Amino acid sequence: MKILVAVKRVVDYNVKVRVKADGSDVDINNVKMSVNPFDENAIEEALRLKEQGKATEVVAVSFGSAANQDVLRHALAMGADRAILVESPATLQQLGVAKLLKAVVEREQPDLVILGKQAIDDDAGQTGQMLAALLDYPQATFISEIKVEGNGISVTREVDGGTESLALTLPAVVTADLRLNEPRFVKLPNLMMARKKPIESISADSFGVDTAPRLKLLGASEPPARKSGIKVGSVQELLSKLRAVEGIAL
Amino acid sequence: MSILLLAEHNGHQLSPAVYKAVTAAQFWNAPVHVLLAGGNSEILQQVASIQGVVRVIHANAAHLAHPLAEDVAKLLVTIAGEYKVIVAAHGSFSRNILPRAAALLDVAMISDVLEIKPDNTYVRSIYAGNIHTTIQSTDALQILTVHSSNFAAAATGENAEITSVEAPAAFGKTRWMSEHHAHSERPALSSAKVVVSGGRSLGSAENFEGVLAPLASKLGAALGATRAAVDAGYAANEMQVGQTGVVVAPELYIAVGISGAIQHTYGMKDSRVIVAINQDPEAPIFQVADYGLVADLFEVVPELVSSIN
Ligand SMILES: Cc1cc2nc3c(=O)[nH]c(=O)nc-3n(C[C@H](O)[C@H](O)[C@H](O)COP(=O)(O)OP(=O)(O)OC[C@H]3O[C@@H](n4cnc5c(N)ncnc54)[C@H](O)[C@@H]3O)c2cc1C
Ligand SMILES: Nc1ncnc2c1ncn2[C@@H]1O[C@H](COP(=O)(O)O)[C@@H](O)[C@H]1O
Repeated sequence: MKILVAVKRVVDYNVKVRVKADGSDVDINNVKMSVNPFDENAIEEALRLKEQGKATEVVAVSFGSAANQDVLRHALAMGADRAILVESPATLQQLGVAKLLKAVVEREQPDLVILGKQAIDDDAGQTGQMLAALLDYPQATFISEIKVEGNGISVTREVDGGTESLALTLPAVVTADLRLNEPRFVKLPNLMMARKKPIESISADSFGVDTAPRLKLLGASEPPARKSGIKVGSVQELLSKLRAVEGIAL
Repeated sequence: MSILLLAEHNGHQLSPAVYKAVTAAQFWNAPVHVLLAGGNSEILQQVASIQGVVRVIHANAAHLAHPLAEDVAKLLVTIAGEYKVIVAAHGSFSRNILPRAAALLDVAMISDVLEIKPDNTYVRSIYAGNIHTTIQSTDALQILTVHSSNFAAAATGENAEITSVEAPAAFGKTRWMSEHHAHSERPALSSAKVVVSGGRSLGSAENFEGVLAPLASKLGAALGATRAAVDAGYAANEMQVGQTGVVVAPELYIAVGISGAIQHTYGMKDSRVIVAINQDPEAPIFQVADYGLVADLFEVVPELVSSIN
């Protein structure tokens, strides 16, 4: 079984992102970039399936600028066998990425595609479902467990208020929840070794798909802050404020 | 052209978020039709009674008893031609289905819309709610989910027309196996009027329940948790509040021993009144709290319980 993992390069989750002075967009110049956290779960799960003898090859793919090499190196250092960088000078939106990913799937013919459940920059959570639609593949989103059984998989999905179990026929697309696993740390020697593993670079144009953005960004702003609160000195003071000021019956 | 709203239900009951999505759907001043995939006659009546719904379209088939994204997306595509907008309340149900339908229809999707504006323009948040963006769609068909806590629930008492639509054949390559929902006496987290949430500082599953449950039951509150508390096994997955958990906006949110990471505050900062109890006066949670109590939770939570009538 061959597994393809989609790895997005995003602003590190610890960075507090700011808006550009002219309010046109967010300012991500010179901020720390990392692998999207959910995509680390996706890579980790693919590697575990390989270590269990269920998968034979793990291929990581990223879409964007040449800078995305670093997240692919990270995937290789974690243990992916090879990596593909689909280079696009223009901004890509979810539908565009899904179309390019479909082209990569048609070329690579993986049995399983694992994506993150959402990218923590745009918080869209769409690409996996869009890819599954374009391929007419079964899909399982927000998975916290996966088992390979014969020519299928069984998965547990995190849904509002609980979990759901599904059985899917391969090939299939799944998206990883944080709960799927605890990604391994990358050790320095592995990072050195990863430098020797191949990253193939392909131009997005060569796939001949329309990836023009459908959504226009008109502006960005920081949300209005909550009015500043107060510190209370005791439980009694807290309760009297809640009752008298907020009108909450307690 | 009309607006199509995809309704979520659990087989017994309509999701409370549907009422809010109906309010959001009034924005376009066009007839609102609601698609119900599966569900029984009781749920059908619940939808038909919502003010602002003109027509309920019911798709009933054995394979829709537990609706799968593959089947509902295909169903949406068969009727999409009549509509200029397809909308649903943002949640795990719609997030699973609508992107699939959008790709089949070659349309970009707009997730978790905070505010709808004229000319296919929307405000939505990115970076865990740190930034708001205004975006404009260039597609003819609009497909979006709305942040339901930003919209008031529509009233009931109407009697919309009920029609039915034939569901396409089952996709077949995905099978629903089972579901697990925590059975709790407490109100549902996403719609509770009061939420009490605990963090890693509770220290154990026993403490989590032992310290917080008495407070929750006094207040008729739902219990929530941080990811750290969930990861440590103190609380169940479905109790996680935040960017990657449930988004809540109750009348009163009490954060107990929670540091206030942005991934957590994303899920609760729209609450009407926020109370934070934390022993660290510098904890970021105090920046979003209306009332902060710097104290040891193990001392003040029991005191709070005994002081509430
Ligand atoms: C991609 C991603 C997604 C995430 N999604 C979420 C999410 O959806 N929801 C979420 O919650 N987190 C999420 N997180 C995790 C988040 O970043 C924080 O790590 C987490 O919220 C911290 O939980 P905590 O406040 O319980 O723990 P801590 O940060 O460890 O804070 C514990 C707090 O308890 C206080 N304390 C300790 N003892 C006491 C005492 N006796 N009395 C009073 N106060 C005490 C301390 O002062 C401290 O402020 C996500 C992280 C990532 C990377
Ligand atoms: N530019 C990209 N390169 C690689 N993977 C991506 C890219 N954009 C999205 N993805 C994948 O799609 C998932 C969901 O992203 P999104 O739909 O943008 O929230 C991510 O977790 C990645 O696995």
